[in-house]
Order: sequence, then C-alpha cells, then structure tokens
Amino acid sequence: MTLLDVQNLTVTFPSRQGPQQVVRNVSFMLGRERLGIVGESGSGKSQTGRAILGLTPAPGRATADTLAFDGIDLRGASAKQWRALRGARMSMVMQDPKFSLNPVMTIGRQLAEAARRVASSRAEQRERAVAMLEAVQIRDPARVMAAYPHELSGGMGQRAMIAMMLITEPDLLIADEPTSALDVTVQIEVLRILDDLVTTRGMGLIFISHDLRLVSSFCDRVLVMYAGRVVEELRATELQQAQHPYTRGLMGCLPRIDGNTRPLATLQRDEAWAL
Amino acid sequence: MASIANEEGRRGALPALAWKIVKILASVALTFLGLLLVTFMIGRVVPVDPVLAVVGDRASQSVYNRVFIELGLDKPLYEQFWIYLQKILSGDLGVSFLTKKPIIEDIARVFPATLELATVGILIGTILGIPLGVLAAVRQGRFTDQVVRVVGLIGYSAPIFWLGLLALLVFYARLHWVAGPGRIDISYEYSITSRTGLMLWDAAMQGQWDAFRNAFSHIILPASLLGYYSLAYISRMTRSFMLAELAQEYVITARVKGVAEWRIIWVHALRNAAVPLVTVVALSYAGLLEGSVLTETVFAWPGLGQYLTNSLQNSDMNAVLGGTLVIGAIFVGLNLLSDLLYTLLDPRVRRR
Repeated sequence: MTLLDVQNLTVTFPSRQGPQQVVRNVSFMLGRERLGIVGESGSGKSQTGRAILGLTPAPGRATADTLAFDGIDLRGASAKQWRALRGARMSMVMQDPKFSLNPVMTIGRQLAEAARRVASSRAEQRERAVAMLEAVQIRDPARVMAAYPHELSGGMGQRAMIAMMLITEPDLLIADEPTSALDVTVQIEVLRILDDLVTTRGMGLIFISHDLRLVSSFCDRVLVMYAGRVVEELRATELQQAQHPYTRGLMGCLPRIDGNTRPLATLQRDEAWAL
Repeated sequence: MASIANEEGRRGALPALAWKIVKILASVALTFLGLLLVTFMIGRVVPVDPVLAVVGDRASQSVYNRVFIELGLDKPLYEQFWIYLQKILSGDLGVSFLTKKPIIEDIARVFPATLELATVGILIGTILGIPLGVLAAVRQGRFTDQVVRVVGLIGYSAPIFWLGLLALLVFYARLHWVAGPGRIDISYEYSITSRTGLMLWDAAMQGQWDAFRNAFSHIILPASLLGYYSLAYISRMTRSFMLAELAQEYVITARVKGVAEWRIIWVHALRNAAVPLVTVVALSYAGLLEGSVLTETVFAWPGLGQYLTNSLQNSDMNAVLGGTLVIGAIFVGLNLLSDLLYTLLDPRVRRR
C-alpha cells in the first residue's frame, strides 16, 4: 500500500544568479516502511522533507508531477487542508530540541496543544500527554510536563519532541536528523524509542540523516542524494553493492575499527553527477 | 530521590531570591547616587549664580557675602555634596525662586498631570502599536507593511507641535469633536476634589461622570498625539522582533503540529517577542513621563514639561535640578520594573 507518492519533486529558491533548484526531480514511493535519505549538507534532503509537509520556506517554491499522501493530492492544498493533515496524519521530528521547542511554553502546554487534534477536553489532553511521555520512557512525566525546554537535557528534550509528534499517532513521520544534536550514548536510546513506536504503530518513516551507517542499520531502503538529486536508491542490506561512485565514496570515508584507514579517503565529486 | 532534590531546591531558592533583591536594591542605590552626583555637578557648573537668585541684582556686597556663606558655598565641594545628599534624602529639594514654594510641592502638583497624559498616551501607543507591528511582520514587504511603515515614519518625523496645532485646528476648532487646551473646563474645575491629582481617576472615583467626560475630551487629543509618537517606535520594534521570532524553528514545529496560523502568530511568536518589547514600551513610557515640553505647551497642559521649561527660562536652578532628579528616578524605577517583568515573562531568566 502506498502511503506517499512523490514524482519529480523540485524545490526552487530565487537567488541573485537566478532560480536555484535545491531539490531536483526527486521521485520515490513510500509504504508503511522506513526510508532513509542520506547526503551531505546542502544536498536537499531536509528541503525534500519540508516540501512533503508543505513547509518550504518563502520565497522558495515546491513543484511536483505527483505529490500524494494516502491518495490526497497535496499540490495546491489549501491552508485548511494542510492544517487538517499536519499534526494529525503527518508530522516531523526536528533536529535540535534547543531551537525546535518554544522556550516560553511549558512542555506540558506544547504537548497538550498537539493533543488538541485527538482530545477535546483539557484533562484528556493532559492525560494523553502524560501517557505519551511515558511511552518515550520519561520516568517522571509530571515534572517534565511542568518544565520549560531549557530545563531539560538534549536527550529529554528530543524525547519530548518525539512524544509531541507522535501523540496523534500520525501515518507518516519525517525525522529530520533527529539525533544529530545529541550525545552518542543518548542517540541510540532515542533511536530505539523511535524505532519501537514506528514499528508498533505501523507508521511510514522518512529518516533524514548524513550518517550512512546509521541509516543503513535503521531503515529498509536508502535514497542517496547529491546536489538536489537522488543519485542512488538501495535496499539497506545491499549497501555494499552500491553502484554510484558518490555512494561508494561515502562508504570509503567511513572509519573502521580494524585495519589501517590511513591515508583517509577523500570524497571525490564529479560535476556530471549534478546534471 | 526527587524529594531530596526538591528540598534542596527550596532551601536554595529563598536566599537566592533575597540575594537578588539585595542586588537590585544595591544597583538602584548606586544608580541614584550617580544621578545625584550629576545633578549636583550641573548645579555648580551652570553659569547661574545661586546667590544672585536669592538676593536679587541690587543687593549690597555684604548681603551677598552673608548669603554666600549661608548657602554653604564657601565649603569644599565634597562637603557641599554631603549636605546636598542629606537634604535630598530628607525630601528637601529646596525652594523654587519662582513660585516661592518647596520644589517637592510644586512637583507633586504638576507631575500627576504629566503622569495622566503619559499613561493614556502609552496605552494608546501600545494597544495600537503592537498589533500594527505584528501585522506588518506577518505581511512583510506587502501593502499592509508599507502602510504601517509610512504611518510610523510620519509619527516619527513630523514635528509634534505642528501635528498638535493641526489636530487642534481640525478636531477642536473645526469639527468640535474634542475640547481644547487645558485639562478641564473651568465650569468643572471645582466639582472634583483633587485626591491623586489624576483628574480622570479622581472624577471616576467620585462618580462625577460629567466632569470625567469633560476631562476625557480634553486629554484625548494630546494623549493621542503622544500615543501616535510612541506607536511609531513600538510598531517598528514589534515588527522586527516578530520577524526574528517567526524565523525560529519552534514556529515550524507549531506548523508541523497543525496549530492555526493566528495562534502561531499571537500566542507562540508574540509571547516570545513580548520579552524584549517590555523594555521598548517601558522606555517609551519613561520618555513620555519626562514631560513632553512641546505637547504640554501646545495644549496648555500644566505638567512637568511645562514647569521645567518655565523654571529653565527663569534660571530657577533648584526647580530644574529637582525636576531632573524626579525624571531620573522615573527612569530608574521603570528600568527596575521592566527587569522584573522580564523575569516574569522569560523562564530562562528566572533561574539566574
């Protein structure tokens, strides 16, 4: 079953040198599975995620031949249609809880606000928020509910963020570098929680990251992006058989625990890949 | 575990709060001392002879010398400053040569007029200025934004006395919508007993609604002008604070959550922009409280601005310095207030 169908998605930003395409003709289908998007900074992976949610920042524009979520055409969707979908059926976990949580609102209020889509009374919203915080393994939800974002550690903040985005049990979750701002030890914990929730609730997940190894161990399929294009699509298990020189280059750069990696490989780029 | 942490938190919190208050009071005292030093120095530096102000032009040299010593002008400067300090702290700002009354009484008479005018003015400026600034930020670069910018620019750059005269001509002389200069019509002047000196307040408290209406119709024009002037600044600052907030990540989070756009703007972003806005509004208010000389002159408003101008023109240095001190104290007070509001509005400041 196709949850998301993207054909020829292009995101364009005006610039002094004329329109710049930061995402170019990206096409993929997503079922209730885990799709990874990897690529270096500026490869367009985040803009792809945002365009799917209709959040391309002005003055940028996203166009596509097909952009359908569960059979709903998202191209030219009205503000009202977007609001009905966002939060309720599709949502996004962002990179750094330091910036992505409102600093002057308690976690409880921010969670309750997300829960408004599924619970009408305040008591019920609160109840859901507490239950969701427990689901992301926060042991003292009452304290966290009353806390402001700056009073939480990065890992706690990101778990609160995940709780906030999953409280409505959406069908599609986009995770935009959800662990990049966290310590390595916390990363694994947060990923495990995310993986658990996504698997048990049967969501479609788009996992955006620059970490090839992480993505390949976490996802079913991987899209490799370079300069706004998808240069290769692979099953995560077949990563070793990657054909594209850029993907091979990325893999060549990964450090190994055994064997000598010196001199460190340099990532080769070719103008032709971007065309 | 949790209870131990809580108790420690509570034990730590009380001295922290007390320490904070001590720190604030100390900084206020220090600022005030600096202010007194400045007013004292101004009093010694200006080319106005305080003795002549007392004895007049034609006094003999012996009378002049006696008063010179009576005023303590023969003592060293630090001693004079000490005497000055003691006087000020006991509430003695000296006597006005012009009105022959203690300065403190004069100020108590004229300041409420300014306070009333400035308060109504800042209310108008804030209530209109913040929404206009928000609107301009949301419609950045579009027609509404341009209109708000032009309105602000006029408020900022048009001379206020000219706007005042024009407003009097149109709304008072031609259209008869409002009452003219002064605080109240003479026929109502004695129907209210002055308690606070704030006419609107006194009239409302005493149930004198006719007098209230009359006073309101007097104050609305000058207050609107001052409001317009502060609106220009407040709306511009609101616009730039809002633009900064709307570009933050948490706004995207709110959009992802499906929060309605009006709620993102007025609840999420404005609540964050309110923190620096407090300072802007407080300083605008302080600016109006200084007594807007021009507005008070055009509208024959018997306030602090008019009093100070009169005193200056008559070299009444005691009155000028007393007024300066009051204005300085207002600035210190409003700064303190905005600091406290900061703590209230921003949870990140609270724990420091």
